Amino acid sequence: MSESKIERLISEDGIRCDGRRLDEIRPIKFQLGVLKNTDGSAYVEWGRTKILVGVMGPRESHPKHLALSDKARVEAYYRMASFSVEEWKSPAPSRREVELSKVIREALEPAIFVEFFPRTSIDIFIEVLQADGSTRCASISAASLALVDAGIPMRDLVASIAVGKVEGKLVLDVQDKEDKAGESDMPMAYMPSKNAVTLLQMDGQITHDEFLQSIELLKKGCIEVYKKQKEAIESHFKGAVSNEEEA
Amino acid sequence: MTTFFEPRQLVSPGTLLAEGNYQSGFNVYREGGKYYSSMVGLADIRNNVISVIPLRGCYIPQPGDVVIGKVVECISTAWMLDIRSPYQGVLFASEFLSKPLNPLKEEARRYLDIGEMVIATVMAFDRTRNPSLTARDHGLGKIHRGTVIDVDFTRVPRIIGKKGSMITMLKKETGAQILVGQNGRVWISGKSRDEEAIIAEAIRKIEAEAHTTGLTDRVREFLVNKRR
Repeated sequence: MSESKIERLISEDGIRCDGRRLDEIRPIKFQLGVLKNTDGSAYVEWGRTKILVGVMGPRESHPKHLALSDKARVEAYYRMASFSVEEWKSPAPSRREVELSKVIREALEPAIFVEFFPRTSIDIFIEVLQADGSTRCASISAASLALVDAGIPMRDLVASIAVGKVEGKLVLDVQDKEDKAGESDMPMAYMPSKNAVTLLQMDGQITHDEFLQSIELLKKGCIEVYKKQKEAIESHFKGAVSNEEEA
Repeated sequence: MTTFFEPRQLVSPGTLLAEGNYQSGFNVYREGGKYYSSMVGLADIRNNVISVIPLRGCYIPQPGDVVIGKVVECISTAWMLDIRSPYQGVLFASEFLSKPLNPLKEEARRYLDIGEMVIATVMAFDRTRNPSLTARDHGLGKIHRGTVIDVDFTRVPRIIGKKGSMITMLKKETGAQILVGQNGRVWISGKSRDEEAIIAEAIRKIEAEAHTTGLTDRVREFLVNKRR
């Protein structure tokens, strides 16, 4: 009996295996402008998850026949480094990486004013350096900061977070361990000032009531992430606030 | 009619700026009677027009802008110019040469080769076609001497300064010819290479310290010390 207690992910008083409360997010640190050779970049440390994002564009679309005549083509490239997970990951793009690239692109595109730059392309390169769950959420949140750093006009920042069901309880910001052992996982991307959801996925099984509770929890989590994103922007650009003398 | 920002406040995309009867200027969009920022920058209101001065971004051609382009492609009767924008500029032979160019008899490369720099103005641009340029006005044309440096396009207003104060000072102190292209390229033509390097360094200083006060005086001091 005592052995099984060690295996549990949530203690009796509602504390998770890494010491967080059920609705507490991991420590998140965003940083902008980390890469020199891109138009915009961002780095995020989301608990133990570490991701680097670079944005190139808007630039001339290559190959040219893929250019869209009425809007910019947004392309995301999500890639996990071979050393990002415990087992060595094959460097070849996996099915999962291709799918996540598509999902991330579709979560970010509604936020970008793509119609401002017809015939161009905007490329978002996402490199997962260390993965510990919620990499798609961290990628989306960091990528929207990289887009801001590239000076691409956007409707709002996209904040993203996941809710999981672990041992019958809903938990915010799932980490790898909880994701693997849990009953369900539900990531959401959200534009807080527009109250618009740009990504909502779910696997596993939850009840209708739990779904409604999850949405509330996700919104709360996204707003927390949104605050961190704004703080990161402010600290990166704060030097610019004082005294501009322009023509 | 309310605004939700202090003048020159740092805003990011999605920040609510105002509500009511205003007009939206640069980098501001309207949705349901509310005005939001679409860019990271400094919010500003002038004559009821709300705009955001961008801190990051790329150059979008505007008719009338003086730009410095680099030839990247020669086609039979035109050149494609890199103008540090998502769109390449098109310079037709008729907008560069004073006589017609017959592509059967001579090549466009004879007049302007890949890698050469041109000062031109934007004639027309509507995003559906590449911006068309002209180099047939006074002070425009191929660059034969001097140095061209790339600067951040959002720093261009600072390099020019209030009513041209910074650029006037630079020219007066050094006696060099300086032209700031709206696309974030600066052409410097001084007495010697060393002289041009010093001016380029001064412009880099302006770029790095764009937000500080008393910059004009400090740059002047910098130039005086360097040229002693």
